[in-house]
Amino acid sequence: MDTLNKQTANIVVWALLLAMPFWIKLLGGYTELCTQVLVFALAAMALNFLLGFTGVLSFGHAAYFGLGAYGVAMTIKYLEPSTPLALLVGVLVGTAAAAVIGWLIVNLRGVYFAMVTIAFGQVFYFITFRWNNVTGGDDGLTGWARVPINLGFTTLDILHNPTMFYYFVLVVFAIAVGIMAFLLRSPFGRTLLAIRENERRARFLGIPVERHIWLSFVISCLFVSLAGGLYALLNNFVDPRALRWDMSGNFVIIAVLGGMRSFWGPLIGAAIFVVLQDYVSSMTENWMSFLGLFFVLIVLFFPRGVLGIIRRKVTS
Amino acid sequence: MTQVLLFNVFNGLIVGAFYALMALGLSLILNLSGVINFAHGGFLAIGGYLAYTLMPYVGFWGGLLLAPILTAAIGLVVERFLIRSLYGRDPLYSLLLTFGLAYIIEDGTRYIWGAQSLPYQIPAMLSSPLSTNYFFLTGYRLFMVALVAVAVGLLFFILKYTRLGVRIRAGTLDLETVSVLGVNVRILRNLNFGLGIFLAGLAGVLAAGMLGLQPTVGSSLIMPSFVAIIVGGLGSLPGTLLGGLLIGVASGITTVFFPSATEAVMYIMMGVVLLVRPRGLLGEEGRF
Repeated sequence: MDTLNKQTANIVVWALLLAMPFWIKLLGGYTELCTQVLVFALAAMALNFLLGFTGVLSFGHAAYFGLGAYGVAMTIKYLEPSTPLALLVGVLVGTAAAAVIGWLIVNLRGVYFAMVTIAFGQVFYFITFRWNNVTGGDDGLTGWARVPINLGFTTLDILHNPTMFYYFVLVVFAIAVGIMAFLLRSPFGRTLLAIRENERRARFLGIPVERHIWLSFVISCLFVSLAGGLYALLNNFVDPRALRWDMSGNFVIIAVLGGMRSFWGPLIGAAIFVVLQDYVSSMTENWMSFLGLFFVLIVLFFPRGVLGIIRRKVTS
Repeated sequence: MTQVLLFNVFNGLIVGAFYALMALGLSLILNLSGVINFAHGGFLAIGGYLAYTLMPYVGFWGGLLLAPILTAAIGLVVERFLIRSLYGRDPLYSLLLTFGLAYIIEDGTRYIWGAQSLPYQIPAMLSSPLSTNYFFLTGYRLFMVALVAVAVGLLFFILKYTRLGVRIRAGTLDLETVSVLGVNVRILRNLNFGLGIFLAGLAGVLAAGMLGLQPTVGSSLIMPSFVAIIVGGLGSLPGTLLGGLLIGVASGITTVFFPSATEAVMYIMMGVVLLVRPRGLLGEEGRF
């Protein structure tokens, strides 16, 4: 019964995602909004790999998101106008940084880990902010655009056709999510769950805990930098705000809002967050107060998130 | 060259004193309650703006005293109604809540006092340079360093010799035992939070005199405070003080040679400390 439910849920989720550009218009949305939901969902799901399934609190994931974004932007602008190559470079840059920083912090736990990730998250912010002749500084990096993909027999015009770009992002999203789901179902993923539930017991069983946490951190940052790369492609623009601390906060709140303990939770969180942001920031100038209030209310009243509440209702 | 270097070292010391004052408040709250108060920068801004508003009525000196007290009072209320319910839960939640608070405070100050930078008048007797040769030694800067020194001295005195201070220190080591011995832990945590916020308010008034007032002043000072705590060692207040001064001076010196690396240098220091001595310079072994 349980596996059947899961299968139904998966089919529903993919069907909704495949048809999103069509039904969103009925609700008054537009295609770029759908793409944004996917990008934020991928980032929050990648964070949740670490937060929800390894039990490690990172509050600095915007750094790797931003590195992915700048990697993509700078590759297209300075190196070679090729979308796949740019994504590859972005992911490599973000993952490499995560591998080094993860190695420095993997022995820390709890609050200390969170604090160090916050602090390290800012390094890259300052670098992009200060190094303005290459990164454009505070104004961001402009003067480039995503490049249509040549498949040999046909060309995907992701630049001028937003729906085409949406499906391109959906394919990347599907591959990334598929890999994460596969990893979580593998013995490696089960070990991560064991570490989350009881780190000491896992250690006594002979599991190299630090190595697993490091790997989980790097995998998580890999997919976050992929999301960052897609974010840059979506906007044809990138600025230092993509890697500032408030972006990290957004990822965490998206994961919590949807439900940290469920695989699809962050997707629901991202849909709510992105649509709400779009709506509220068109209504009022005080988006920040609203967002702050949103954080406070979620923590006080919905700490389990949407899927957490639904699951509880179903079991009781 | 020496002059420039001296100037920047001194400047770094002042900035470091700021970081230290803010980081000490953060550290107090973190050590006793396990809460990373992301809204600390917001409270700093509130302190500065309150002093600005109070100035016409109570003058500079009155503002210097009253604004931190009022900020602390706001802190006590916030702790009572928002943060108290999160003790003992995953640190994720207190972090998210104070994150949200930081947004609300920044936007709130912008709404009340406006987005543009406000000048903060300091008494003429403090703003004149003391030496023609060493032009950077203005009265206000020396005054700030002295005041921070006094505040830190008072803090350590309170922690060492008063009943409240002894209880805070004991609670940091073993809150359960302190509770069993008949201390009301709720009130203790409340007062401790207020004490931390008082320091933030004081730093806010001082910062207003040096940098002027902007809604974003808090968020620009909070990251270095985190770095100060990590470099100095989690759980150690003298360590936090040392960490703040060190990163301040280090950025001051870096400004002379590589101006673009001014911010990056403190993160490099943090990386080195984590590599060589993960518990921080004065941190205790095995506490975190």
